[in-house]
Amino acid sequence: MIKTTYAKGKVVAKTGNEVMAEAMRQIAPDVVAAYPITPATEIVQIFSQFVADGLVPTEFVAVESEHSAMSACIGACAAGARTMTGTSSQGLALMWEMLYIAAGLRLPLVMAVINRALSAPINIHGDQSDTMGARDAGWIQIYSENSQEAYDNMVQSTRIAEKLQLPTMITTDGFIISHCMEVVEILPDEDVKKFAGEFKPERYLLDIKRPYTLGAIDLQDYYFEHRFQLADAMNNAIPVILEVAQDFYKTFGRKYDLYEKYCMDDAEVALVIIGSAAGTAKVVVDDLRSKGVKAGLIKIRVFRPFPAKQLAADLAKLKVVAVMDRADSCSGAGAPLYTDVTAALYSNANAGLPLPKVVDYVYGLGGRDIDLDHFHEVFARLEKIKAGGPIGPVVEYINVRK
Amino acid sequence: MIEIRWHGRGGQGAKTAALLFAEAALATGKYIQAFPEYGPERMGAPVQSFNRISDVPITLHCGLHEPSFVVILDPTLMDSVPVTAGLKKDGKVIVNTSFSAATIATRLGINASQVFVVNASQIAQDTIGMDIPNTPMLGALVKVIGTLDLNGVLEDTKHKLEQKFRHKPQVIEGNLESIKRAFNEVKNV
Repeated sequence: MIKTTYAKGKVVAKTGNEVMAEAMRQIAPDVVAAYPITPATEIVQIFSQFVADGLVPTEFVAVESEHSAMSACIGACAAGARTMTGTSSQGLALMWEMLYIAAGLRLPLVMAVINRALSAPINIHGDQSDTMGARDAGWIQIYSENSQEAYDNMVQSTRIAEKLQLPTMITTDGFIISHCMEVVEILPDEDVKKFAGEFKPERYLLDIKRPYTLGAIDLQDYYFEHRFQLADAMNNAIPVILEVAQDFYKTFGRKYDLYEKYCMDDAEVALVIIGSAAGTAKVVVDDLRSKGVKAGLIKIRVFRPFPAKQLAADLAKLKVVAVMDRADSCSGAGAPLYTDVTAALYSNANAGLPLPKVVDYVYGLGGRDIDLDHFHEVFARLEKIKAGGPIGPVVEYINVRK
Repeated sequence: MIEIRWHGRGGQGAKTAALLFAEAALATGKYIQAFPEYGPERMGAPVQSFNRISDVPITLHCGLHEPSFVVILDPTLMDSVPVTAGLKKDGKVIVNTSFSAATIATRLGINASQVFVVNASQIAQDTIGMDIPNTPMLGALVKVIGTLDLNGVLEDTKHKLEQKFRHKPQVIEGNLESIKRAFNEVKNV
C-alpha cells in the first residue's frame, strides 16, 4: 500500500478541485462568496454542497459575478470574517479592480485560482496568463505542481495571509491538475483546523468598541505611505512563508520552500518553471541524468514575493538556464518569469558573481501540451549553448505553428 | 507504468470509467492518474479519457499518446475515430461488441492476438437495465491487464457507487454484477 507522510493522513484518489474544496471545508472559513467558472466551478460547487449538507458552518454567498464575489469577500474580511473564494481566468479578470483594493486594505483573503487562458480567442484550458497578469496586485502568489501541493498550499494559506495581512492566491493548472484524479494524502480535519488556528484580526469593522475608517480617500499626504507599507509587507513576506512551511513540515512531514530544487547540486544546465509541467520535466531530468548530462530544474512555488536573492544565488552556479513561461506578457521583451529571473540575475552582475546564459521559452498557452520530447529539445539546446554554440533567439515559442 | 485510453461518446461514462478504474487501482496499492480530454461537452460526441497506473509516484502531466491498452465503449467509433493511434506494438484493444476478436482485428488492421471483445452493452442491459457499458468494460479491462485484483476492484467500486448513488441503491448491485460478468466473459476469440 502507498504510505502516508503523516501518521494520521489518509491516501485518497481525488482531483485538484476536490482537494482544494476539501482544504476549504477543513479550514472552515466564516464566509465564502463565489461565482462559478470553468475550470474552477467544482470548487464552488463542492464547497456549496458541503455548506448545504451542514458539513461546514460557513456563510456561503452566491453572488452574480466575480466582481461581486471579490467585493463581498472584501466586505466580509473587513468585517472580521475569515474569508475565501475561488475563480479562474475571465473571473479573475472581472475581479481586477477589487484585487488591488483587497491588497490595499491589507485584507488577508484566500483565493484558490485554477489557472486558465484568457480570451480572446475563447479557451477554457490551462495556462498561467490569468494570475501572471495579477502579479503586481499586491497578492501573495503560490503555485502548485499537483493536487497534493494544491491541497498542502491551501492548508498553509490562511496562516500566511493572516500573519502578513496580505491577500493570498493559491493556484494550480486548469484541467491538467484541477480535473486530474491523482493520489493525494488528506490530513485529518481537526489537525488542519489546529494548524490553521483562529483568525484574530488586529482591527475589524464590526468591533464596535474600536471603530475605525477603512478605505477612505487618501491623497498626496498619505497614499504613498500606505502603498509603501504594502510594498514593505511584501518585501518582508518571505520569512513568514518559510516559517509556515517549516511548521507544516514539522507537523505533517512534507517539505516546502520558496522553490523546489531538483537535481540542482551539481547541475550545469537547468530549467526554471512553474506548475504542472515541472512534473513532466522532472522525468526528462532523470533520463538525462542517467545519460550523464548534468541537468537540473527549479520549480517556483512562491512567485509573489519573488525570491530574487535566493534564485540569483542558486542560478549563479549554472552554465545555461531556460526559463519556461506558461504565459506571455506581450511586452516584446520576454515573458513574466523570464523578466523576473533575468532581473534577479542582474544583482549577480552588480556583485561580480558569475552569470549563466539565459533563454526564455513560452509554452503551453491555452492548454497546448508540452511533453517529454519538447523538454528534451530544450535541454539539447542548452547543452549546445554550454558547449559554446550560438544562443540564437532569446525568446522562443515551443510546440506552436509559426 | 501502464497507460490506458478510453474511447466513448458523451453520456456513456468514459470519464466516470477512468475515474472509477483509477480509484480501484489505488485501492490495490498502485499510484494512479485519471484525466478526461475536455472538448465541447455534447451527448453523443466522441470523447476520450485516460489512466496512468504505476508502482511509483507519477509526475508526468502531459498528454498520453502511446497507450498500452485502448478501451472502446462504442464500436461505431471504430469508423470515425483513429482508435488505434499510438497503440504500443504489443498493445491491446478491448471492444464492446458482439463480433468476434478476429473480425474486429481485421477491421482495425491489427493482430487478432491484440483484440479482446465483450458484449458490454448486453451485459449492461441485463444487469443495470440500461445500455451504460462503462462499468462492465471496467471488469473486462481488469481481466485483460491481469495484474489487478478483481475483489479489490469490486470492493472499491461498491464503496464509490454507494457514495454516488446513495439515493438509488438498486443500481449498485447491478453495476457490480456487470463488472463480474464482463470479467468472466471478455475473450480473445
